[in-house]
Amino acid sequence: MRALAEGMAPMRGPLLPALQAVVEQHGFVHDDDVPVVADVLNLSRADVLGVLTFYHDLRRTPPTAHRVTLCRAEACQARGAEATVAAAVDRWAGSTDVEVGEVFCLGNCALGPSGMLDGALHGRLTPDRLDALTEGWPA
Amino acid sequence: MNPVVWVPADAAAVSVGADDVAAALEAAGATLRRNGSRGMLWLEPLVELETDDGRVGYANVEPGDVDALLGGALDDTARCVGVVDDHPWLAGQHRVSFARVGVIEPTDLAAYRADGGLAGLERALTLDPAEVVREVTDSGLRGRGGAGFPAGIKWETVRTAQADTKFVCCNADEGDSGTFADRMLIEGDPFTLVEGMTIAAIATGATEGFVYLRSEYPHAIRTLRRAIDVAYAHGVLGASVLGSGRRFDLDVRVGAGAYICGEETSMLESLEGRRGEVRAKPPIPALEGLFGRPTVVNNVLTLSAVPMVLADGGAAYAALGTGRSRGTQVFQLAGNVARGGVVEADFGISLRELVEGYGGGTASGRPVKAVQVGGPLGAYLPPSRFDLPMDYEAFAEAGAMVGHGGVVVFDDSMDAGAMARFAMEFCAKESCGKCTPCRIGSTRGVEVIDRIRAGTQRESNLVLLEDLCVTMTKGSLCAMGGLTPMPVRSALEHWPEDFGVEPAVADAATDAMSESATSTTGGARP
Repeated sequence: MRALAEGMAPMRGPLLPALQAVVEQHGFVHDDDVPVVADVLNLSRADVLGVLTFYHDLRRTPPTAHRVTLCRAEACQARGAEATVAAAVDRWAGSTDVEVGEVFCLGNCALGPSGMLDGALHGRLTPDRLDALTEGWPA
Repeated sequence: MNPVVWVPADAAAVSVGADDVAAALEAAGATLRRNGSRGMLWLEPLVELETDDGRVGYANVEPGDVDALLGGALDDTARCVGVVDDHPWLAGQHRVSFARVGVIEPTDLAAYRADGGLAGLERALTLDPAEVVREVTDSGLRGRGGAGFPAGIKWETVRTAQADTKFVCCNADEGDSGTFADRMLIEGDPFTLVEGMTIAAIATGATEGFVYLRSEYPHAIRTLRRAIDVAYAHGVLGASVLGSGRRFDLDVRVGAGAYICGEETSMLESLEGRRGEVRAKPPIPALEGLFGRPTVVNNVLTLSAVPMVLADGGAAYAALGTGRSRGTQVFQLAGNVARGGVVEADFGISLRELVEGYGGGTASGRPVKAVQVGGPLGAYLPPSRFDLPMDYEAFAEAGAMVGHGGVVVFDDSMDAGAMARFAMEFCAKESCGKCTPCRIGSTRGVEVIDRIRAGTQRESNLVLLEDLCVTMTKGSLCAMGGLTPMPVRSALEHWPEDFGVEPAVADAATDAMSESATSTTGGARP
């Protein structure tokens, strides 16, 4: 952790890239990482926590085995995204292996509904196509 | 000789299976080239086969179609769209910023140069910085991010400012729903952006640049990083730009999922490693921007128009467009539209030409009920307003905005009341929290709209909603809180029945609203 943050320290404005690197390598930012990052970058813990809590991407809990992130912005809503969202939320309600999240725009607005399945972008994501693409995923 | 096929690596094409098609074509013995997307997104994956006549396109190709495609069995079917360059949907457009997108391999610098790339930068290096800025001013180029501020005036402010360091920042935090032109340009022709930023640096005396690119665009991040590496390797970037002895360093910074970071001062805060909270202006970023230094902040499409302005001269660019909206605009057709994609046209094209002509109506085949122009903070417009010409002034006069050129189409199943509620809900979720009208007003807005829709003290709540919209419009620090009332007000004005409101009552409410809310906060997107 210390080495990771030290690698970012020479950059201009290193805090956000440092926290992103932690998420990329460890999946999330543990509370114990906060004082380490603060120390290396010569910031207060409040500075680090402030940034950590501002950005959606900076997870503070371990990631699940699978992630479904569906776009709920206007263009995808116009193509029926809410039905796909409802189907996903319903299918994986209470699941500890699959996390269903929302995002506002993936830039695929002509081929919606769009979503990310374990980080891969998919378009034309009807409930049926979502089921086909996630066949074999845990309940 | 092996057949040569082009398969887009654009995220939209990949989202509907382009990578699988590419792998199947390679396995079948074809020589594979990866381009950006032509922007005819309803045809994706659109595979192009090189022939003596040109590159012939095949639409909606799946891996199982590969043998038929290479064997000629698709040629006489509707799946074959003919020579792609001659496709009527493309041929009617005026592609300036998107001239190379979908045509060349995105990170092939030799192909970029062969197609006229770097001519603008080479010319800029022979001019005085003041002359470079004058070309941009003469071109009439205005910010494509949404606010439409003249680029030349901004650059001149930075050029004449005194400082030890100056910056050029590209706002590629394209968070507006219905917009994807920044993404497609970066994925399809990233050198145009690199060249535009380098010209901006040469013109203003900046030595460092950042592209703030959203994390939701992983394909664009990879392509741009590769392009920057290639540019360094060939001396386009670095200690001596094209051997001129002038330094320009360029880096990509990735956003972290905050919509508000598309607002320029919030983006600067984020680039400095802080919470993306909006700054009060003044001071303007051109004088005190990144790390307190003079900073050019422009959108991807603004900077990407610059190489053409310098290569052909500002007057040539100014000859395009209408009124005070010069040049071309890259419109994006999205949502429930039959033929979605990128339409680059001169300003002045009507909404009807876009939605009914290029777009072909809805994808569902049902009647169009509304379009939302300019992103989540733009107005909802009914088909009766489709004769509106797409230019900054005409839209502003109509109480709407062109914004970043996104047009989202809705069919008659849309519930305008629900969309108005969503606008407030989105603002509540994505507000940076710095100013009260936006942070609190949006939450109260959701509640008030809920009460109106439920019929609870409807008339007094309509007055309250009007009051709230005025407060948000006039009292917010940036365009997020300042423009959220725009979709709300327009939805109520055109479809009061979706709020359970009699048209006459709504008229009185929206008349009062538009009278007291005509002045918006301006500012950049969002």
